[in-house]
Amino acid sequence: MTLILSPNMTQPDPFYAALLSAHEGLSDAESQSYNARLVLILANHIGDFKVLSQVLDAAKVGSLGDDS
Amino acid sequence: MNAVFDVPLYPYQRHADQNAADPQRHQAVIVGAGPVGLALAIDLAQQGIETLVVDDNDSVSSGSRAICFAKRTLEISDRLGVGQQLVDKGVEWHLGKVFCDTRKVYEFNLLAESGHRRPAFINLQQYYFEMAMLERVRVLQQQGAPLQLRGGNQVTAVVSESDCVRVQLTTPDGAYDLEADWLIACDGANSPVRHALGLDFVGRVFEDNFLIADVVMDANFPIERWFWFDPPFNRGQSALLHKQPDNVWRIDLQLGWDIDRDAEKQPEKVRQRLEAMLGGDIDFQLEWVSIYTFQCRRMEKFRHGRVIFAGDSAHQVSPFGARGANSGVQDADNLGWKLKAVIDGSAPRELIDSYDSERIYGADENIRNSTQSTDFITPKSTLSRLFRDAVLDLAEHYSFARGLVNSGRLSVPCVYDDSPLNTPDGMIDGPSRTRPGAPCPDLALSDGYLLQRLGGSFTLLLLNIDRSTAVDDIDGALKRLVLDSSKDSTGALNERYLGSAKQAVYLIRPDQHIAARWSTFEPDAIRRALSRALAGGPAR
Ligand SMILES: Cc1cc2nc3c(=O)[nH]c(=O)nc-3n(C[C@H](O)[C@H](O)[C@H](O)COP(=O)(O)OP(=O)(O)OC[C@H]3O[C@@H](n4cnc5c(N)ncnc54)[C@H](O)[C@@H]3O)c2cc1C
Repeated sequence: MTLILSPNMTQPDPFYAALLSAHEGLSDAESQSYNARLVLILANHIGDFKVLSQVLDAAKVGSLGDDS
Repeated sequence: MNAVFDVPLYPYQRHADQNAADPQRHQAVIVGAGPVGLALAIDLAQQGIETLVVDDNDSVSSGSRAICFAKRTLEISDRLGVGQQLVDKGVEWHLGKVFCDTRKVYEFNLLAESGHRRPAFINLQQYYFEMAMLERVRVLQQQGAPLQLRGGNQVTAVVSESDCVRVQLTTPDGAYDLEADWLIACDGANSPVRHALGLDFVGRVFEDNFLIADVVMDANFPIERWFWFDPPFNRGQSALLHKQPDNVWRIDLQLGWDIDRDAEKQPEKVRQRLEAMLGGDIDFQLEWVSIYTFQCRRMEKFRHGRVIFAGDSAHQVSPFGARGANSGVQDADNLGWKLKAVIDGSAPRELIDSYDSERIYGADENIRNSTQSTDFITPKSTLSRLFRDAVLDLAEHYSFARGLVNSGRLSVPCVYDDSPLNTPDGMIDGPSRTRPGAPCPDLALSDGYLLQRLGGSFTLLLLNIDRSTAVDDIDGALKRLVLDSSKDSTGALNERYLGSAKQAVYLIRPDQHIAARWSTFEPDAIRRALSRALAGGPAR
């Protein structure tokens, strides 16, 4: 398995809207812990440590540190 | 400057109705000669309905407002007789680019599928759209169509009774009254008719201001839609650049909520902002400047007795996605044939209720889409900004995230999946895009295009079925179009209308949406479907 970075969600816009509305009304701290729980649940769903390592690397782009 | 929109095109003239002792009665009175009112007026008049349009103004939309007209609008305009004119004048574009700061993060191509007469989008100033419609009104009038347009006629009161609508108008010569069998309120977002009837208009107000400027300049930017998140010339906000005909460019700058609107509108201030964006060496003139905030909302119901709301009076969306005028023209398209059928007595009044359910469904889809775009463009919480920026960061590197970048999902017509007028799909394995409720996708035929051939009446489309035998009681009400897929070398007919099926029968509504389809020709089924598409009306 390799990490999928091409479009793979069946309904991207509704997902994005649902993600934001899940955060609605949460304090910053609550949002942070919600996000942490999300990461862990999604990670468990992926399962494979090799793929998860790729996820950890892939997310390092952008403001954190650019790898391009 | 004497802009086209400053010229009176249908100045007030006193009419005999104003001298009459009793209020004169009209079949259809349309309030508002904006894009929606004009489209509906042409549609009704082309079908022979006696139609009166009144507007308190006498010219086209001041400033360009809507600039992106979608394919469906052009197809409807073809039916109304103005499509070619719009396309000739408009600017076609395909490419959209999205920038974040100075980096390009995403690019989309509206690459049209082949076999469509009309492009995915053209850009055209709203006043040109309205001018084309007004010219068409004049042509119809010369041909003797029962169509009147009265400028300088302001509707000041409306009372809806069970058998008619009473309307009070104010003119430079004073007030007068009229009666209407049907009144269609196409009087815009502030709809005085809606206020007169004390009706609701609920939804969400977005706390943001946008500076919108149409500038005339001889610039050689490509004909593309450019959208910026957080550009150096408008930090922390968004910006848009888009080409219109006549070297006019639309510039949209997000300003934020806490601003001094009057100060921002000052020409020097606007100039400063534009120079920062365009660079100091480009010479430009301001054609039109405005500052707007926006809202996403709709009425709970679009039909109230004999008063029907269409366009901005019924629903309002943010401009991201070009859904305002485009969806309003679809309202008109949906309503025109239904009013005709009800006025003629070939369908019961309930048919108009399907306008309500179908177009509310459309409005909700538009509101949902434009709300999502707006939330992405103007994130309103730390958290939504965090995710937005994460998407933009990822989009530069990974294609999956590009699909999440939302600078406006451009208007496409909706599929009336749950419409009461649909007959359950008789071709379950058929192409999903031509299921009941869907608008017909166009096709190139040996002699023109499919949508041209459908015209604006109920049509039975027979694919690979040679039925020369008539079906007595439905043939009068139906136009027949027979096509043979073996003669279509492009394969589009197969792909769009047949799928794995060898043959098919489609029942197509006057607004070119599909009411029913089957893989066999069965007169009884067709009869029932036609009656259902007319809300139980007689199939003849
Ligand atoms: C900045 C901006 C950009 C936009 N961009 C796009 C775009 O790219 N694509 C798109 O599809 N849409 C766009 N829109 C939306 C589009 O302009 C509107 O959706 C469209 O004009 C609605 O048309 P309408 O006919 O319903 O109403 P209007 O155009 O508002 O027309 C209403 C008419 O009713 C008349 N009227 C009002 N009150 C009375 C009265 N009491 N008596 C008689 N007459 C009356 C008015 O004079 C007017 O002529 C944009 C809007 C804005 C503001």
